[in-house]
Amino acid sequence: MIDFAHAGPPALAAFLASTVEFVEAATIVLAVGGVRGWRDTLFGAAAAVGVLALLTAILGPALALIPLQVAQIVVGILLLLFGLRWLRKAILRAAGVLALHDEAAAYAKERELMLELGGRGAGFDAIAFGAAFQICMLEGTEVVFIVIAVSAGGAGLMLPASIGALAAFVLVTAAGFILHAPMSRVPENTLKFIVGVILSGFGAFWVGEGIGVAWPGQDLSIVALVAGFGLLSLAAVPISRMRARRAVEARA
Amino acid sequence: MGWIVGIAKEIWGLFVDDIGLAIASLIWVAIVWVGARWLGQAAGPALFAGLATILLTSAFRRAGQ
Repeated sequence: MIDFAHAGPPALAAFLASTVEFVEAATIVLAVGGVRGWRDTLFGAAAAVGVLALLTAILGPALALIPLQVAQIVVGILLLLFGLRWLRKAILRAAGVLALHDEAAAYAKERELMLELGGRGAGFDAIAFGAAFQICMLEGTEVVFIVIAVSAGGAGLMLPASIGALAAFVLVTAAGFILHAPMSRVPENTLKFIVGVILSGFGAFWVGEGIGVAWPGQDLSIVALVAGFGLLSLAAVPISRMRARRAVEARA
Repeated sequence: MGWIVGIAKEIWGLFVDDIGLAIASLIWVAIVWVGARWLGQAAGPALFAGLATILLTSAFRRAGQ
């Protein structure tokens, strides 16, 4: 039986990361459904969820067949690259170097595109189906990867990670149905910052385990790694802001 | 087929934004892997220190552009 200390971090990481991805998908689904009608939009979204569920059902058990050390190295490296990428972007966004992701702007842009395409008949709306299917497949693939990646560290972690992602799905879907508007008040960059820190910590730990690193304190090293990445990244925000300001001044 | 290409691009984009960050991280993991036997208990802190340095260098370089 897996305890909360092991199940909690993967579940939390999967929940936070999936929330970001589901919010991005919900923005587009809401825009498409609002313009072209809900039947085929929701059909497209449901079809993507079905394909993703099938993928997870195939990939999840397949992962268990791979030797743990190989899985830790491969998934750890992928997790590390994924986490560092999110963390770098979150640092630069928090510093004002990169623009924040704007759900309201994405919603308006998608609505405009759907209106331009026009020509919706009474029958099956392939545009609404395709747009909803594509965005749900894109964002959902990321969720599947996240769930598989944060589960790769040991047996029994797939369930808590899946519960985390499922909770995010239910929360965002419910919010979408209630609000019928883009969830632009969700602090996406803060979530990405936190998830980037957690995934970088987990990625470094599992890669280390895979390549034979003897971690001081064993699993407790994850806490130290997450704290280390978190503190350094927080410190990096004002430094990045200062460097960006100096670069602008130098060009002026 | 467009959505398959879109997903392939999206999956690549999941891991690689700054190619220098990705390559440097992989090289550092390989170095620690090779040196883990000699580094002993210091291998873990060395892995973290290198990865953190690579991350911060990448962010500062982008901020300074």
